[in-house]
Amino acid sequence: MPPATGGGLAESELRPRRGRCGPQAARAAGRDVATEAAARSPKRPARGSQRFEAAGRWALLALVTLLSFATRFHRLAEPRHICWDETHFGKMGSYYINRTFFFDVHPPLGKMLIGLAGYLSGYDGTFLFQKPGDKYEHHSYMGMRGFCAFLGSWLVPFAYLTVLDLSKSLSAALLTAALLTFDTGCLTLSQYILLDPILMFFIMAAMLSMVKYNSCANRPFSAPWWFWLSLTGVSLAGALGVKFVGLFIILQVGLNTIADLWHLFGDLSLSLVTVGKHLTARVLCLIVLPLALYTATFAVHFMVLSKSGPGDGFFSSAFQARLSGNNLHNASIPEHLAYGSVITVKNLRMAIGYLHSHRHLYPEGIGARQQQVTTYLHKDYNNLWIIKKHNTNSDPLDPSFPVEFVRHGDIIRLEHKETSRNLHSHYHEAPLTRKHYQVTGYGINGTGDSNDFWRIEVVNRKFGNRIKVLRSRIRLIHLVTGCVLGSSGKVLPKWGWEQLEVTCTPYLKETLNSIWNVEDHINPKLPNISLNVLQPSFPEILLESHMVMIRGNSGLKPKDNEFTSKPWHWPINYQGLRFSGINDTDFRVYLLGNPVVWWLNLLSIALYLLSGSIIAIAIQRGAQLPAEVAGLSQVLLRGGGQVLLGWTLHYFPFFLMGRVLYFHHYFPAMLFSSMLTGILWDTLLRLCAWGLASWPLARGIHVVGILSLLLGTAYSFYLFHPLAYGMVGPLAQDPQSPMAGLRWLDSWDF
Amino acid sequence: MWGFLKRPIVVTADINLSLVALTGMGLLSRLWRLTYPPAVVFDEVYYGQYISFYMKRIFFLDDSGPPFGHMVLALGGYLGGFDGHFLWNRIGAEYSSNVPVWSLRLLPALAGALSVPMAYQIVLELHFSHCAAMGAALLMLIENALITQSRLMLLESVLIFFNLLAVLSYLKFFNCQKHSPFSLSWWFWLTLTGVACSCAVGIKYMGMFTYVLMLAVAAVHAWHLIGDQTLSNVCVFCHLLARAVALLVIPVVLYLLFFYVHLILLFRSGPHDQIMSSAFQASLEGGLARITQGQPLEVAFGSQVTLRNVFGKPVPCWLHSHQDTYPMIYENGRGSSHQQQVTCYPFKDVNNWWIVKDPGRHQLVVSSPPRPVRHGDMVQLVHGMTTRSLNTHDVAAPLSPHSQEVSCYIDYNISMPAQNLWRLEIVNRGSDTDVWKTILSEVRFVHVNTSAVLKLSGAHLPDWGYRQLEIVGEKLSRGYHESMVWNVEEHRYGASQEQRERERELHSPAQVDVSRNLSFMARFLELQWKMLVLRSDDSEHKYSSSPLEWVTLDTNIAYWLHPRTSAQIHLLGNIVIWISGSLALAIYALLSLWYLLRRRRNVHDLPQDAWLRWVLAGALCAGGWAVNYLPFFLMEKTLFLYHYLPALTFQILLLPVVLQHISDHLCRSQLQRRVFSALVVAWYSSACHVSHTLRPLTYGDKSLSPHELKALRWKDSWDILIRKH
Repeated sequence: MPPATGGGLAESELRPRRGRCGPQAARAAGRDVATEAAARSPKRPARGSQRFEAAGRWALLALVTLLSFATRFHRLAEPRHICWDETHFGKMGSYYINRTFFFDVHPPLGKMLIGLAGYLSGYDGTFLFQKPGDKYEHHSYMGMRGFCAFLGSWLVPFAYLTVLDLSKSLSAALLTAALLTFDTGCLTLSQYILLDPILMFFIMAAMLSMVKYNSCANRPFSAPWWFWLSLTGVSLAGALGVKFVGLFIILQVGLNTIADLWHLFGDLSLSLVTVGKHLTARVLCLIVLPLALYTATFAVHFMVLSKSGPGDGFFSSAFQARLSGNNLHNASIPEHLAYGSVITVKNLRMAIGYLHSHRHLYPEGIGARQQQVTTYLHKDYNNLWIIKKHNTNSDPLDPSFPVEFVRHGDIIRLEHKETSRNLHSHYHEAPLTRKHYQVTGYGINGTGDSNDFWRIEVVNRKFGNRIKVLRSRIRLIHLVTGCVLGSSGKVLPKWGWEQLEVTCTPYLKETLNSIWNVEDHINPKLPNISLNVLQPSFPEILLESHMVMIRGNSGLKPKDNEFTSKPWHWPINYQGLRFSGINDTDFRVYLLGNPVVWWLNLLSIALYLLSGSIIAIAIQRGAQLPAEVAGLSQVLLRGGGQVLLGWTLHYFPFFLMGRVLYFHHYFPAMLFSSMLTGILWDTLLRLCAWGLASWPLARGIHVVGILSLLLGTAYSFYLFHPLAYGMVGPLAQDPQSPMAGLRWLDSWDF
Repeated sequence: MWGFLKRPIVVTADINLSLVALTGMGLLSRLWRLTYPPAVVFDEVYYGQYISFYMKRIFFLDDSGPPFGHMVLALGGYLGGFDGHFLWNRIGAEYSSNVPVWSLRLLPALAGALSVPMAYQIVLELHFSHCAAMGAALLMLIENALITQSRLMLLESVLIFFNLLAVLSYLKFFNCQKHSPFSLSWWFWLTLTGVACSCAVGIKYMGMFTYVLMLAVAAVHAWHLIGDQTLSNVCVFCHLLARAVALLVIPVVLYLLFFYVHLILLFRSGPHDQIMSSAFQASLEGGLARITQGQPLEVAFGSQVTLRNVFGKPVPCWLHSHQDTYPMIYENGRGSSHQQQVTCYPFKDVNNWWIVKDPGRHQLVVSSPPRPVRHGDMVQLVHGMTTRSLNTHDVAAPLSPHSQEVSCYIDYNISMPAQNLWRLEIVNRGSDTDVWKTILSEVRFVHVNTSAVLKLSGAHLPDWGYRQLEIVGEKLSRGYHESMVWNVEEHRYGASQEQRERERELHSPAQVDVSRNLSFMARFLELQWKMLVLRSDDSEHKYSSSPLEWVTLDTNIAYWLHPRTSAQIHLLGNIVIWISGSLALAIYALLSLWYLLRRRRNVHDLPQDAWLRWVLAGALCAGGWAVNYLPFFLMEKTLFLYHYLPALTFQILLLPVVLQHISDHLCRSQLQRRVFSALVVAWYSSACHVSHTLRPLTYGDKSLSPHELKALRWKDSWDILIRKH
């Protein structure tokens, strides 16, 4: 290859790295061809102006970054009230500042960063974040919004650099950057206190650094190689630490790494020791490092949140003992259960909660019309039960009676303290799990019938027959029917206040659902002992919190008769999300993708599949492509393929998810889709220009095409920018509205 | 042409006696005493009721799978002259004399028996030895779980049959491809692949897994074909086209055909009618069709209608009102308008009738000529019995406080004006001037003053509302949801007494037979959609199990217990075969990984043709196991051991392949090979022994003593029924 052709910067960078071998060289050669093709378009004089050009590239990058920051920070302070999910994540940020423990279905990093941003910007954690629409007033919220906008702004330059590296084409990168800058959806999502900008920041950072270390492949173990490799690992930890959706980018990096290693392994010029070194480096940077960081975020999370708070009930008794302010923290309670003790009973399966009853009956048609018994995750006086002997109704707390301990195998009665009804079961089917028996509260002031008798058994009995608080795992066996008290973990309908179903299961399988422990224990006649022995180790806490999060996530089920967002709605921009305001007098913000950008993206995916398969088939048929076309098709197949894989991995898994889905779940996939659009149109236009080379104006096709795409996007942003920056005045169906005529789909409501 | 005059006609038949013997043994093992037990066994109770529906031609809806499987079973009933009269209500119920048990169980048993010689053929077509092929077939023959499942009126054996048929015919086709493409047998086997795949999918959705596998293998082979530069472009195109037609078009057409036959057969209305839309119901004989026949098509001002909610969950219901009013104060202290209740009522009732009124006029009768209501028209809905009109206003609904209350307006003279104007929106309109049609149009009612939409919230009202369903005005109409959509079910033109003359004349035009208006595709799409979204509440079952328990056979299912003795039938596999199948799979995976890594470093352990054989066998057998097993980890429905049987058959096919490979390529000396063969023989005899020991539980023909039963309980997790006396 003669040294002076084209002479773009990227190529001159690649030049000194010759002297590679095997397939790597072949790959690099392919890339060089691509570079050449990419660098061809505007004619440049030889090396004299290279420095000038480098400066130009930097300036372009700076311009893209600046524009991104400008759009994201423009009117950031508005509206001055809570928008949409800010009510959750702002609140959780406050919890970190106040150091109170809470429960959320996402890992902690994102909320921790929000809390940190708030703390550094002088927010004191006193705002309640009660519901969307509440005014911030004097509370300082700009630090948190600014932080999210800051991370959100980096998406554009990251995408720009990624595409630049994949396609070696400035125009493709510019087009991508424009699509993202001018997308109202990305813009809106970056302007509020949400997890999404943080998540997308880490996803794009991981993608960028992965692409960068791929392009360092010819200089393995050099400083930049190590830098990008470990940066990939760090970003992966970040992505996973914000939301479990981060798993998808981990999958992508994993696939890329496997392909990479497979390549190296097949390179016979590399010794097995070298391959081993490669493998070790990747294991270190992409598995060990992210895991360590991820664990570290949890360590910080548990360290910071040391006070008892609203999330306690989701966790086991041992876990709660760590939290100061919790009644189990440094607690001293009577150790052995005695008759007359007032107790709370907690299910051992995670996130089931306490045995609970309340003054509401099962509705007609659902078993017997007796008082409901459920499990409830929060601490509540309705969780209190009194242990009584089955045959006497005398008050055991009467000081004249001696203390009598409850023993393994005793027949007992559990009386609900607030309503004085007994825990009861009978041969009626349970409300949801039809094969089990119904559990109710029955009797008046403690007088019921023989269906109120339960045999208490200790499962982990070592020696002694007494029942220990917290440490004994107990089963309650119904005497008459022989079934075991358990919770199915299913959520009851509205009549049951969406608490969890309690049943008596006739199948004596050993599952945690039917094993309980005693948590609170009040008995004035017994001496208290301290319970510091309970402290769980860090791995136990880590495991438990993950189990609780996973259960929490799968518990977010959509309900019938409610409109839910479906994954197929997303790419077609079928419906947005209301961030703020409903009526025409409100300040309204509506999360909706810029339809021009999104529909272009959709079209591009179809076009890509078409053109990609044509090229792939042509190559498989052994067609001899001219060097330039071969280079462009390499860009399309490799670079485009990477990005398409990213889109696929971030989109299709949602079809398998049973949980409630929202429109904003699509945005990571949308980033990849925009990068694909950039690469595709640039390559296609170049191919067009090449195909029509005989025509004098052919060169112009590419420039004109890219320019018109850029301007079209910018103009559509001008039309739709009120969606993101806020609208007031009449709704769009009114001709007076600023958005009149822009409601292109009936399903958009702004 | 006259050659036969010169030379005698000679027919030479190659009869592979081992194949004949295998078929014979397969038939013997599956058909022996097929009518025993003469009682309902396990899921027969489930499939049986559908067979009865087929016999009686009554429409039903089953979400468990497409109709082809049920139709195969029903064919058995048809051949045996079953009249459908049997109450399928409990497992263990004795069959009455009119149930042709033998012919009902015949087809699954035949399918199970034919799987044995097919296993032989498949291994042979994979180019492994006759000995390995015999091994695969013999293993299939003695696998207890397969025998049990084949001998009963269940679908798994038929599914396995079509799975194996698809694999076999693809292999035959692939082997034809090398020497005689586009020959008659090439076409035959290619088409048969598509047909078999389609049948497998038609029996259970699970058949999709094998279909996808075949498509993937065919795609890889097609890709190689594209890369073959000795073929001309036209030739390659023809190859691809033939595959696309056979593997994509034919299966789709066949699948539609199953539904077509299904809908042709079931033309009477039945117990599942309610789930379907009004239009669908009207296309069935009896039921709704009897009511809707001859009613006017176009809804006009003055029409009397009943309005059915299209979503119909939790139960299908009609817009309803009655004399009672909302309670002044609810239990939780919120207030109401105290106007007349509007609910959704799941039964036919005179109070479900509403009159469509023109807001500009007073009369409640259809004028002459009738003025049809069009999309976008303003209407009032007047309740027929109370003549109050449908109203909504800014008062919170009883159970959904974020939505508006819907009532029938009573003027209490307390400055709460009537807001009873609704704009009609036809959701499935063709143009903006469409006319509102009975049954066919799906409409929304948008309130003019508040733009709230009439919606079924799905909540049951408390006692004061007689536990009927709540109707609300949804203000935040977030997109399209079926709970906001209604259709007219019953319809007549309103006419007061003196207009009886006109009534007769009004009825004569615009009469349609709605059933002919609904095309097959519309009925198919609706039925298929309902089958996919219908979620029966899958409760846990005593014998349900998780996929992890299947590989090591940690679970079983008790199918049937003799009412008096302790003879019983269990779905219980031959544990030697299950464990060694899993082992073979692990060995296959490890060996393949090892070979693959070594090949990558340019060390070729196997000759090229042996390697290709090894890969193809793995792709089909190990791949077949993976696609039929792994997806179950993602499923949330109740799973049973029998779901594993299709995966198991693929494992059984892989076993002899791995054994032969070890003997051919890993045993270095003749001595090693002999020792290995001896081991294999010993292993097979042990499998036979296990099979024989478990035989009483497979056929259920022998009553064992409690002691013997206890001795059979090799794993603690096996649930073998022991009578206590």
